[in-house]
Amino acid sequence: MPAKAADKYRQGQGGPSGGKAGPPRLSRAASKKRDDDVSTEAGDVADAGAGGKALVKPPDQLELTEAELKEEITRVLKANNPHAPQNIVRYSFKERAYKQISHVNQMAIHFSYNGNLIPKDSDEGRRQNMKSTTGAEKAPAETSAETSEETQVKDEESTGDSQAAGEEAAEESRTAEAAETAEDEEDPPPKKQEKKLANQFNFTERASRTLNNPLREKACQSEPTPCKDFSSNVNQWEIYDAYVEHLQKMEKEKEKSKPQTVKKEEVKKKGRKFTSLELQSNEIAKVSKVAKIMERMVNQNALDDIIQDFKYFEDESDEYRDQKGTLLPLWKFQYDKTKRFAVTAISWNPKYKDLFAVGYGSYDLMKQRQGMLLLYTMKNPSFPEYIFSSESGVMCLDFHNDYPYLMAVGFYDGNVAIYNLKAASQPSYKSCAKSGKHTEPVWQVKWQKNDMDNNLNFFSVSSDGRIVSWTLVQNELVHTDVIKLSVEGTTAQGPEGLQLKTLGCGTSFDFHKKIDYLFLVGTEEGKIYKCSKCYSSQFLDVFEAHHMAVDSVSWNPYHSKVFISCSSDWTVKIWDHTIKTPMFVYDLNSGVGDVAWAPYSSTVFAAVTTDSKAHVFDLSINKYEALCTQLVVTKKKNKITHVQFNPVYPVVIIGDQQGHVVCLKLSPNLRKMPKAKKGQEVEKGPEVEIAKLEKLLNLVREPANKTEM
Amino acid sequence: MADTGEGKKEEAEYKRLHTFPLIRHTDMPEEMRVEAMELCVTACEKYATNNESAAKMIKETMDKKFGSSWHVVIGEGFGFEITHEVKNLLYMFFGGSLAVCVWKCS
Repeated sequence: MPAKAADKYRQGQGGPSGGKAGPPRLSRAASKKRDDDVSTEAGDVADAGAGGKALVKPPDQLELTEAELKEEITRVLKANNPHAPQNIVRYSFKERAYKQISHVNQMAIHFSYNGNLIPKDSDEGRRQNMKSTTGAEKAPAETSAETSEETQVKDEESTGDSQAAGEEAAEESRTAEAAETAEDEEDPPPKKQEKKLANQFNFTERASRTLNNPLREKACQSEPTPCKDFSSNVNQWEIYDAYVEHLQKMEKEKEKSKPQTVKKEEVKKKGRKFTSLELQSNEIAKVSKVAKIMERMVNQNALDDIIQDFKYFEDESDEYRDQKGTLLPLWKFQYDKTKRFAVTAISWNPKYKDLFAVGYGSYDLMKQRQGMLLLYTMKNPSFPEYIFSSESGVMCLDFHNDYPYLMAVGFYDGNVAIYNLKAASQPSYKSCAKSGKHTEPVWQVKWQKNDMDNNLNFFSVSSDGRIVSWTLVQNELVHTDVIKLSVEGTTAQGPEGLQLKTLGCGTSFDFHKKIDYLFLVGTEEGKIYKCSKCYSSQFLDVFEAHHMAVDSVSWNPYHSKVFISCSSDWTVKIWDHTIKTPMFVYDLNSGVGDVAWAPYSSTVFAAVTTDSKAHVFDLSINKYEALCTQLVVTKKKNKITHVQFNPVYPVVIIGDQQGHVVCLKLSPNLRKMPKAKKGQEVEKGPEVEIAKLEKLLNLVREPANKTEM
Repeated sequence: MADTGEGKKEEAEYKRLHTFPLIRHTDMPEEMRVEAMELCVTACEKYATNNESAAKMIKETMDKKFGSSWHVVIGEGFGFEITHEVKNLLYMFFGGSLAVCVWKCS
């Protein structure tokens, strides 16, 4: 195909004007080109022609097969001007409307040049002829005398020369004729003298022309001025009525102004202030949404690499790390007002996966201050979205699953409250001493399903040994004691022979995901009670779990029998609730503040210890060791307190005692899904997770069963 | 005597109260409105008998000041429906019985 093109080029050159012969042949090949501009093609060909026999193909020429090249394509030439618009609409002032012009001018003038030729028969032509002839007559009048003299001299000479007298007459006649013709010729010769003959032998013409810039037409029409219609009727009574009405209005205003002149001034001033403030606040309110978006954009731009890491960075060095993983620190959330507070609770919002709530308070008994509740979003790490402050330290919080704007909060002074994000900054509902608040700090709150009357309700556990169910009935919190954590075997003798039951201090609890009434309570004595909502005085079971306070208990999100507990006695234990002894025990060398299951796997969990380390375990990979042990906070005085997995993204947030919340990304090793065996499909779903954990448990359980038996 | 006296008083009142220029409808900017109103009042007082001359005076002055082309109607009883350029209409009563309508439309 390129060879054929080259042939065509050469053939084109053979012609007298290679440029002209080129385009018709090229046009066949290039007819499929959408660009109709022939001049560029000609230009290309001319360049090719000028380059000699070297094949020059424009880089964007279509590649066609030989068959396609031979294909005959008919082209229809139309007289339309391709640059003329298809329809023109003009504003007609007469009809005051936009009208389409019926006929679009198709004529395109490519070149126009005013010539200087005039037809001979026209007025101007004749006039010019006259001018030239009158000028010629004067000259011949003078020259004819000379020529006649010359002819006479010639005649005399000729007569002198001529031999025969008979020839004289002929000569005379001839001379007479010659004289006549000479006279006749007298007129043309002067003209001819003026119009010198220009031929190739004695005349060369040289001309040049300056560049005439092509003229371009540009037209514009202004917008029609805006007009409105108005109509009315003028009658004498109308005029009269108008005057009367006006007068009445004036009188009314005068009456109003007299008694209220002083007051009005004040009101006016206030009113002006209000309006100006209102205007300001209205304007600010209008800007607030835009400002929020701007803030997020600025944050995104400033922390772009962190966001890229969050989304896309997968630590490849994990392959070389031999099953171990890392936590990549992403953002650090801090607020200057919470610098002295410790993070006491973290919770992700169930609906908005990037929103999380952080509760601030103090664990120190002596240094009790106010508390704060902040909601951050990962999209804006520089400032919290919502800020709530409270009189007492916030110890725990929980989002409602169905109403993601409702939060239940437990305080250090034993109160509980419900915050509504949509409403004001104060808690919508708060318990008080009258309504049965706890007497000790509330360590955990959890929402439950709406009760039979469709009222919202949640549970709270506190050091005063009561587990209380709070129901929101008609805008008030009503409490019901569900269980009192009585410590068996310890009844103190009170005055007058009363037997006081000492109550254990509940420090954490968790409800089963599927079995609604079943829940676990961890206490300060280190025991874990398995309770049911139906039995208010008895526990279903007791686990002698730890030597010190149980800081956190949590059911496995997939396996219905497994739960995990952590304690300040440096251990994390995994249990099967049907078996009294723990399945797995991990000693972490430091008090464990919090433990959390990963939402994506039944065998992954994370624990944070008071030596500022975060441990991530995956039981399916390594049953005895943590996959990742990482120092999260560097300052020695700082201890990390809580950890939570994000339900969707592979990040965890960890809170510490200085009020900072750090967001870390889990490296791929920590998120391993079961590998597909060759030929088998990877199964996904909770069943797989359950099966995975079950397998692990069986390994541990069988010996236990055997020893029991 | 008392009656006629009262009648005269009423007339005087009427004249005082009902002859001041009352703007019925306008969408002109403040300055233009004030100028146009004063011009109308002047013209009507000057040519109290001849509405045409008054209208002529108003129209020519408006043309000079605010550009062509203005239209003026002065009368005691008429109905109208006009198209006017936005922000260039003044419709007012004056003298208890005269109505003046001034608008611009090219």
